[in-house]
Amino acid sequence: MSKTLLDIKNLHAEIEEEGKAILKGLNLTVKAGEVHAIMGPNGAGKSTLASVVSGKDGYEVTDGTVEMDGADILELDPDERAKEGLFLAFQYPVEIPGVSNINFLRTALNEIKEYRQEEPISAKDFMAMVREKSALVDLDAKLASRSVNEGFSGGEKKRNEIFQMAMLEPKVAILDETDSGLDIDALRIVAAGVNKLKNENNAVILITHYQRLLDYIVPDFVHVLADGQIVKTGDKSLALELEEKGYDWLN
Amino acid sequence: MAGYTEDELKEELKSQEYEFGFTTDIESEKIPVGLNEEVIRIISAKKEEPEWLLEYRLNAFKVWQEMTEPEWAHVQYEKPKFQEISYFAAPKKQYESWDDVDPEMKATMDKLGISMDEQKKLTGVAVDFVMDSVSVATSFKDKLAELDIIFCSFSEAVKDHPELVKKYLGTVVPTSDNFYAALNSAVFSDGSFCYIPKGVKCPMELSTYFRINESGTGQFERTLLVADAGSYVSYLEGCTAPQRDENQLHAAVVELVALDDAEIKYSTVQNWFPGDKEGKGGVYNFVTKRGICHTNSKISWTQVETGSAVTWKYPSCILKGDNSIGEFYSVAVTNNYQQADTGTKMIHLGKNTKSTVISKGISAGKSQNSYRGLIQIHPKADNARNFTQCDSLLMTDECGAHTFPYIECQNNSAKLEHEATTSKIGEDQIFYCQQRGLSEEKAISLIVNGYCKEVLNKLPMEFAVEAQKLLAISLENSVG
Ligand SMILES: Nc1ncnc2c1ncn2[C@@H]1O[C@H](COP(=O)(O)OP(=O)(O)OP(=O)(O)O)[C@@H](O)[C@H]1O
Ligand SMILES: [Mg+2]
Repeated sequence: MSKTLLDIKNLHAEIEEEGKAILKGLNLTVKAGEVHAIMGPNGAGKSTLASVVSGKDGYEVTDGTVEMDGADILELDPDERAKEGLFLAFQYPVEIPGVSNINFLRTALNEIKEYRQEEPISAKDFMAMVREKSALVDLDAKLASRSVNEGFSGGEKKRNEIFQMAMLEPKVAILDETDSGLDIDALRIVAAGVNKLKNENNAVILITHYQRLLDYIVPDFVHVLADGQIVKTGDKSLALELEEKGYDWLN
Repeated sequence: MAGYTEDELKEELKSQEYEFGFTTDIESEKIPVGLNEEVIRIISAKKEEPEWLLEYRLNAFKVWQEMTEPEWAHVQYEKPKFQEISYFAAPKKQYESWDDVDPEMKATMDKLGISMDEQKKLTGVAVDFVMDSVSVATSFKDKLAELDIIFCSFSEAVKDHPELVKKYLGTVVPTSDNFYAALNSAVFSDGSFCYIPKGVKCPMELSTYFRINESGTGQFERTLLVADAGSYVSYLEGCTAPQRDENQLHAAVVELVALDDAEIKYSTVQNWFPGDKEGKGGVYNFVTKRGICHTNSKISWTQVETGSAVTWKYPSCILKGDNSIGEFYSVAVTNNYQQADTGTKMIHLGKNTKSTVISKGISAGKSQNSYRGLIQIHPKADNARNFTQCDSLLMTDECGAHTFPYIECQNNSAKLEHEATTSKIGEDQIFYCQQRGLSEEKAISLIVNGYCKEVLNKLPMEFAVEAQKLLAISLENSVG
């Protein structure tokens, strides 16, 4: 039995400002070594799930629990969750002008290391790591030294997310529509990168609208998220079925 | 300005005079506070100044009396009562022992990574300096002497190089320039003097820090820096350590002279006590800084302003010589109830003169942050160019950012560009950083430093690193 890395039970969450419920009793258990795909109609609450799990402001958890590696994380700040090994590849990566990607990642990496009481990484080792990991997703070396996401194309931003994931080596990675905006070649490259990063000690959650991604990164489970709940779970064939029939038949 | 009143100031000064044994000094006993001709004569006499300098001061006093305090700046404060201030250079408040030093101040210095020895030095606690710092200062001076560079306190310069002081004092900032400049000219306590001889490139950054313990700079500081033809100097003023001062009013004057083909780089980090979270106390910083550029010369001002309750400051360049260049790079941070009205004036007189203005304002808390800039192109300034960019970053909904750009152009060949932006620090940016493992504070610091990068890049390396830390500390708990 491999161990449970992420355990979401009966999660209810609403938008703080409006009190509008988005997640309505969601359950999801992710074990080490697994790949889960979450699909579902626009506005179903997929990104909200990613936000709530990673601790973004503006959402209130009204019921339920989220455990990572056996420990409750709902009380932790977003950065503490990240330091515990949670990574979110954003659906819309954010630009940070004036801050180089490299400086950003080195700061992040050393913060995480400090939290884990490890020595900070030397400049030399860091640069070697940057070279290795950027090759993994075929990220142009120039992009690594440019300001974080500033002026990156849509596809470059997505690639950069996976590059960051490679650098930070998370236990649980949630990839929110990383495939959208990627051209066919880029999709293959990024998927291959994710596959290389995947091992028996970590887990990947793919939020996607397209079963095509799942041809490259084969999921162990496919879930359908609709109206704030997981309404159906199956294996890879479920994705094919959804592609064919849409979501209506589930109701 | 409730809380710290002029009365309290007076009391404090009185008790200090006692503490430091001033009561034995008959002259100072007679006139403890207030400003009149007699006081100016005493200041001048105590410093054993030559007659011409006394005349200079007395004339300034006359001019000052005719003037009124300016009110056009976007700041509100209770006007200092000039007759209730002591114009004697009271020694800086010294701490008896390290235990007496304000713990908050110690914590800040720790965060800045200032060594224990330096901390003691900066807070004025008597300390035997380790050999290292003494020898550094000594070898530093030897090196300057070899090149005939003069770098000393203003008072020393008056004694040892009166001809230079007399030649240049007041030539860039005339006594009548403004209310505070006039006041400073009448009562200035001390400051720095620097002269770089013809063709000499000063091999190291000149820093007032090296002199901090030799003379207390006081509240009416006077700086005069002359770069002779073809010379180069980079000068650093201030330091990132928090500076508390019992003097509420600071009115400094800085004059820079860049002769033909010379270059002056003047960097400032200002971190005077900004007042507490409720806006009580804090320094009023009313500074006049100006440089004159002769043919082919260049003056570059870089400033990082985080301190003071009220700041009023416009480092400027008079581009008199043809092909001369003026630059102004500024980061001004205001938090809590701080108010800053800062910017620059670029006066284009010569042909082919060029100026660049980059201003980054960051407002947090309930503070007010204004950029005020004047670009003036005179009729004979053919082909003048200016590029101005002023950006404002808001950390809360309660603070204010304002820009007041003035352009006066009297020559059609001028090319002027102006860009301005205002943005609020993005919650999504902060969250993005946090998701990668950065604490909220680290995230803000990173984002703000990125925002100020163009300016911080202009600072000498070690200064830039310190300034980055300072920005982070100034903005702690500032997002709302
Ligand atoms: N901060 C917010 N303020 C207001 N409404 C929000 C906020 N965040 C999410 N919502 C709403 O919650 C619902 C779920 O949004 P969410 O982004 O989670 O959907 P999604 O499943 O990721 O959709 P998509 O497939 O289009 O990305 C939507 O109706 C959205 O408008
Ligand atoms: Mg989404």
